[in-house]
Amino acid sequence: MTPAQRVSLEKWAPWLLSAAILVLWQFICWAFNVSEFIFPSPIQILYSLHQHAGAIAGHAWKTFWTTMAGFGIGVAVGVGLGVLVGSSRFVYNALYPLLVAFNSIPKAAFVPILVVWFGIGTVPAILTAFLICFFPIVVNVATGLATLEPELEDVLRALGARRIDILTKVGLPRSLPFFFASLKVAITLAFVGTVVSETVASNDGIGYLMMAAGSSMRMPLVFAGLFVIGVMAMVMYEFFAVLERRMTGWAHRGQAAHG
Amino acid sequence: MATDLAAPFVDFRNVWLAYDGGQAFAVEDISLSIAPGEFVAIVGPSGCGKSTFMKLASGLKMPTKGEVDVEGERVTRTLKIVGMAFQAPTLLPWRTTLDNVLLPLEIVEPYRSTFKRDRAKFAEQARALLATVGLKGYEDKFPWQLSGGMQQRASICRALIHQPKMLMLDEPFGALDAFTREELWCVLRDLQATHRFTVILVTHDLREAVFLADTVYVMSKRPGRILAKRSIDLPRPRDLEVTYSDPFTALVHEMRERIGMIRKTT
Repeated sequence: MTPAQRVSLEKWAPWLLSAAILVLWQFICWAFNVSEFIFPSPIQILYSLHQHAGAIAGHAWKTFWTTMAGFGIGVAVGVGLGVLVGSSRFVYNALYPLLVAFNSIPKAAFVPILVVWFGIGTVPAILTAFLICFFPIVVNVATGLATLEPELEDVLRALGARRIDILTKVGLPRSLPFFFASLKVAITLAFVGTVVSETVASNDGIGYLMMAAGSSMRMPLVFAGLFVIGVMAMVMYEFFAVLERRMTGWAHRGQAAHG
Repeated sequence: MATDLAAPFVDFRNVWLAYDGGQAFAVEDISLSIAPGEFVAIVGPSGCGKSTFMKLASGLKMPTKGEVDVEGERVTRTLKIVGMAFQAPTLLPWRTTLDNVLLPLEIVEPYRSTFKRDRAKFAEQARALLATVGLKGYEDKFPWQLSGGMQQRASICRALIHQPKMLMLDEPFGALDAFTREELWCVLRDLQATHRFTVILVTHDLREAVFLADTVYVMSKRPGRILAKRSIDLPRPRDLEVTYSDPFTALVHEMRERIGMIRKTT
């Protein structure tokens, strides 16, 4: 195989694998004559997607912007807390154990509380997405700031640099790769949060659609919902991956050609 | 050199330092004075408090006991007349070589306030400085595109761009291969001969110390004490050839014996 062929094979590998899984799935459903109420085949799912395209698109759009709202709050709060935790040892010691404890609580457990406070609908979904996605951003931004080389800090302090100088000239640019890496994790988590909340406490969104479809045994539609969430999360993940490469190419020089 | 007659530039009087207020001292009873423009090397075993000495002289640490004066004034806070370079070049990977060298001017006064307006002029100075250390043509490269030796040259330029009166080097050539190291000795020698700043070089390479310094101090292992002071009276300018001459070898040998004595008293 020539190097060019190898590269193009690598590029197509995920598509080939997905296609292979779909074919195998279709084959199993057909060969064992699995009922569509138990485990629908890809073709039944596709048909359902097509049939309910309008409704699915509406719910998907709702889920998408709910997720983006929660993610946006998560980024703002995550960066703020990350800077605080990363730039002060006192805040780190005080806050970090609490954050870890908070993060280990399943976020689904918050949904009933949020429903009591804000009622059924969009607000609990946005807040659940936010609660589930801000933690990796905090940890990454804080790590980026806290792992500043002591020598570099000495160089800057010997120049009379103020804390804010060190933060803006070195700390923040240095933590950007950590930050963008965390965005990729956070966006997928935000989708999880939104859908979990929609499933139990909403009247629209993909989570609600799946819940409603499931309770009336329309399994192809439930799977169509799963498929749509997966695609949305993957597209957003790729978006942030591209953004990461654009913004912090200097940190990924290993993969890029020199020059 | 008549170093002892001039008013000292750096003056340590019975300086002790314990980290974090403990009772274990990192350095003990250090007394020495450094004349303006003097090139001082401090040698000693690893972990002997050489780096602590640098932090005391630059005001990054305050002595627990004793006094440190620089330019006739008591050091009570971090000095701003100091440039520093370390074994790791610590260049910022998202900045080009030129922008890395310009970093101190964005921070230190009086350059800071006029940096935006005079950027072109400062960039010109930085390019000139980079050219003197042999980095002409590499100004717009990023650090990872430079070899280790080149990165260290850039790091030294960064330490000098704001024309500090004192340059502190903490084993700056420790991670380089022997040939690059000798090349950089000459770069440093020429820079110091031109700009006449005071240098404190921390190293455990005795040849490096003897080749570059006017005065070599030998420190004991922790807690660090100054055990010996040796003036190096080899004539300047010193050529690399000097390192193969008998007087040079004799000096290195003498230093080596002193260090050997310290290491034996474990």
